[in-house]
Amino acid sequence: MDTPQGQPGRHAVLHLTNQPGQVQQAESAVVQSLEALHYPKASVFAVRLALHEAIANAFRHGHRNLPPTTPVLVEFDCSPSRVEIIVADQGPGFDPHSVPDPTAEENLERGSGRGLLLIRSYMAEVEFTAPGNRLRMVYARPASA
Amino acid sequence: MSSQEPRIRVKRADGVIHVEFVDRNILDEGNIQAIGEQIAALVDAEQTPKMLLSFANVEHLSSAALGQLITINNKIRARQGQLRLANIDPQIKEVFHITKLSKLFQIHDSTADAVGSFA
Repeated sequence: MDTPQGQPGRHAVLHLTNQPGQVQQAESAVVQSLEALHYPKASVFAVRLALHEAIANAFRHGHRNLPPTTPVLVEFDCSPSRVEIIVADQGPGFDPHSVPDPTAEENLERGSGRGLLLIRSYMAEVEFTAPGNRLRMVYARPASA
Repeated sequence: MSSQEPRIRVKRADGVIHVEFVDRNILDEGNIQAIGEQIAALVDAEQTPKMLLSFANVEHLSSAALGQLITINNKIRARQGQLRLANIDPQIKEVFHITKLSKLFQIHDSTADAVGSFA
């Protein structure tokens, strides 16, 4: 893990391959940083879920036609008031506006397509950089927490 | 076929299959697939399955797990069976509300409430 600046573990750049252990390691690193900053349980839940969905989408969709050893970049920066996460894959990208609304009646029983909805629901800022293979998201700590 | 390690605990009472999850975190896609296969085997063994899924031990759950629950629900409905969910952590319950899957599934606060709701 690279910790180029700030307190150890609160800012890190990771290069993950598609193995459960590596994805779990990234999630644990962020969770530990949030717990060290005394984020409430609900915040830790939200950030972990959004991170998990972002990494899962990167491998499942972005890297669908790439070798499984192709790394996804995950960068996070945790401060007492916000958490910024970047997840970048090496795939061709996608148009985030083209994803069908999974909450529409006709899509409710579809087996997939909810990851982006969850990310948008929990995160204060969500933006994709063209061509859509780099996601930047920010979690804002609730004022009362 | 994925891992044969049990990912669920099963008991039967009054015609209802009670299923509890072994994992606190239902995130890993391999585990989710194994859960789906193990529950599917239970459903396939019943003519009209009545199944209660208890999330008492579960702290995290991904969208892939939600997809697997939809598959299970469809499988049970295809056999004119009934599925109930219970004992869901408030944060996970919020995930069901965000995705509007709370409209698709019958969710109960407790095992007793869920058992009492079977027709």
